[in-house]
Amino acid sequence: MFLALRELRFARARFGLMGGVVALIAVLMVLLSGLSSGLVNDGVSGLKSMPATAFAFNEGTKTDNAFSRSVVDEGQADTWAEQPGVEDAALMGTAMMNGTTGNGTQVDLALFGIEPDSFLAPEIGEGRGIEAPDEIVVSSTAADAGLAIGDVVTLERIDVELTVVGYTDGQATFGHVDLAYLPLDTWQYVASGQSSPGTPTQAAVSSVDFDTASTVALKAADGADIDFAAGDSAAGTVTSTLAESFDASPGYSAETMTLEMIQVFLYAICALVVGAFFTVWTIQRRHELAVLRAVGASTGYLLRDGLLQAAIILVVSTVVGILAGLGMGAGLSGTAMPFALEAAPIATATVLTIVLGLVGAALAIVRISRVDPLVALGGQR
Amino acid sequence: MSTETQTSNPGTRTGGLLISGANLALGDGEATVQALDNVTLSVSPGEMVAVVGPSGAGKSSLLAVAGALTTPDSGTVKVNGVDLGTLSKAERAKFRLKEIGFVFQSGNLIPALNAAEQLKLMLKLAGSRDGFDPLELLAAVGMDHKAKSRPDQLSGGERQRVGIARSLVNRPSLLLVDEPTAALDRARSQDVVALLARETHERGVATVMVTHDHDVLHHCDRVVEMVDGRLVG
Repeated sequence: MFLALRELRFARARFGLMGGVVALIAVLMVLLSGLSSGLVNDGVSGLKSMPATAFAFNEGTKTDNAFSRSVVDEGQADTWAEQPGVEDAALMGTAMMNGTTGNGTQVDLALFGIEPDSFLAPEIGEGRGIEAPDEIVVSSTAADAGLAIGDVVTLERIDVELTVVGYTDGQATFGHVDLAYLPLDTWQYVASGQSSPGTPTQAAVSSVDFDTASTVALKAADGADIDFAAGDSAAGTVTSTLAESFDASPGYSAETMTLEMIQVFLYAICALVVGAFFTVWTIQRRHELAVLRAVGASTGYLLRDGLLQAAIILVVSTVVGILAGLGMGAGLSGTAMPFALEAAPIATATVLTIVLGLVGAALAIVRISRVDPLVALGGQR
Repeated sequence: MSTETQTSNPGTRTGGLLISGANLALGDGEATVQALDNVTLSVSPGEMVAVVGPSGAGKSSLLAVAGALTTPDSGTVKVNGVDLGTLSKAERAKFRLKEIGFVFQSGNLIPALNAAEQLKLMLKLAGSRDGFDPLELLAAVGMDHKAKSRPDQLSGGERQRVGIARSLVNRPSLLLVDEPTAALDRARSQDVVALLARETHERGVATVMVTHDHDVLHHCDRVVEMVDGRLVG
C-alpha cells in the first residue's frame, strides 16, 4: 500500500493515460448497455408486458420469426387448455400493418388480435378497452407517432378503418413498432384477405371463414410447471417460454448478438490494455524490483502491491467512466434513439470491466516473481 | 576444488560475517566459470573490508553469497552467527531485511519515494519497530535537509548517502557495498566512503565493500584482492 500509492502519484501521467482508456471503455459500456436495453425494449416490450408464460407455435415453424410465420387453430388452443398446469390458453394473431390517420399521418402498427375477454387483454393506461370489432388499443408510445384517442386509422391497401379507444399502460412495442390490440375476429377478418373497405361490423367479421391465428398464448397455473414436450406432441406445436419467444420476434437476436459481440470485444480490449500497461510498467521497474527483492521484500508483498495498484486505478477509472456514461445516457434517453439505462446490466458491466482488467493486470504482474534479485548487484557476479 | 576450511577457528566467533571454503560455479558445460574458488573470509563487527580485483574476478559473487542472494555450491556462510545454508528462501529474504544492509551502485533508490520514504519502506518491509528513526539517520548522513526530495532531485553523492542511510535503517549486522563510487567524482567518492567507514565503526557493523576505486582504500581497515575466484592478500 505504502509503495503502491506513492508510485501511482509519482507516475500519475502514465497511470492517468491508462485510466483514461479504461474510463472511455466504461463510457462505451454504459452507452452500449443503454442502447442494448433500449433496443430490447423497443423490440419485445410488447411481449414482456404480456401475462403469458409461453407461446406455442405450429409444429415445424422456423423459430427466428415464428410470430409472423406460424399458423395455429382453435383445436390446438383447446388441446393446450386441457394440459396439466395450464390455467388458460388463448389464440393470438400477429401482423405488421401500415396505416394512415385522418390527418394523413402514417403509422406502423403491430396488430395483436386477442379475445377481449381473455387473459391477454392489455392493461389500459388511458381511455378504455376494446369492445367493438372496429376498436383498437394502442401502445402509449404511439402517441409520439401522432395517434390520439378517437383517431381513425385506415389500414393500407385493404382500407379497413379502426378507431383508437385507449392506450396501454407503459411502452408496448414489438419489432420496433407500436402495438395495436384488436379483437381476434377483426384480426382474422383483416388477415383473411376477404375484408371490405370501411368500418368492420360484427356481422362482417363473423361471416369470414378464417379461424386460425399465429400462436397460442399459454398461462401457467400459479406455481405449476407446464410439461411443454407433452403438450407440444398432443397439440402439434412447438413452444417457447416468454423469454425464449423474444428470439422469435423480428430482428431481436440479430440486434442483441451484434451488441453482445461489441461488448465482448470491449471486455477483451480492457483486459489487454490493462495487461499491456502493467507489462510495460513491470518491465520499466525491473531494476527497482530487483533492488527490492535483494533487500528482502517478499514476492507476495510486491505482487499484492502491484495488484492493489491495478485495483485502485481500475476502480477509479471505471467509476469515473460509468458516471460520465450515465450523464451522457441521461441526455440520450429523451431522444428518438432507443435508449434505456437499466441498473443490472450496468452493474454487470462495471464488475466485469474491473474483474477482467484485474485479470489482465495479474497476468502481467506475475512477472515480478521472475525478477532476479541479482540484477541489483553490478551486472556481472 | 577444495572444501577445506582455512580459517583457524571459525566456530568461536558469533558476530559479523564468516565465509568458510565457499565454492560457486556459474554457467554450465563448456562455459562454466569458477566464480568462487574455496573462498574464506571473516569480517568482524565494526570492521570495514574492501574487496578489489579485476572485472569478472568474482567480487559480485562474493557479495551475492554473503548477502544470502546465492547459495554456494559448497562451504558455509554465517552472518551474525546464523548459518545461511539452514534458511529457506523466504527465511533468507526476511534475514536480508533485518540483518543485511545493501548499498548498490549509484544508490538504486526507488524513484517514486522521497529520501525519508526510502527508509520508511525498509522499516515497513521488515515490520519491526526497533529500526532507526528515518530522520535521525538521514541527519547522521547529512541528508536531513533533503528528506522530502525524490531521487531525481538529488545529486549522485546525495543519492548514495540516502542509499547508505537506507541500508542501515533496520540495524543490520552486515553491510554489503557494491561499487559505491562508480557514479561519483573523486571528491564525492572520498566523502561517501569516509561516511561508510564512520558508520561501520560507530554502529559496529561488519562491512564488505567491493570497489574498483583504489583512491578510497585508505578508509578501509583491510583490503583483500580477488583473482579468478580466489582471495589473495
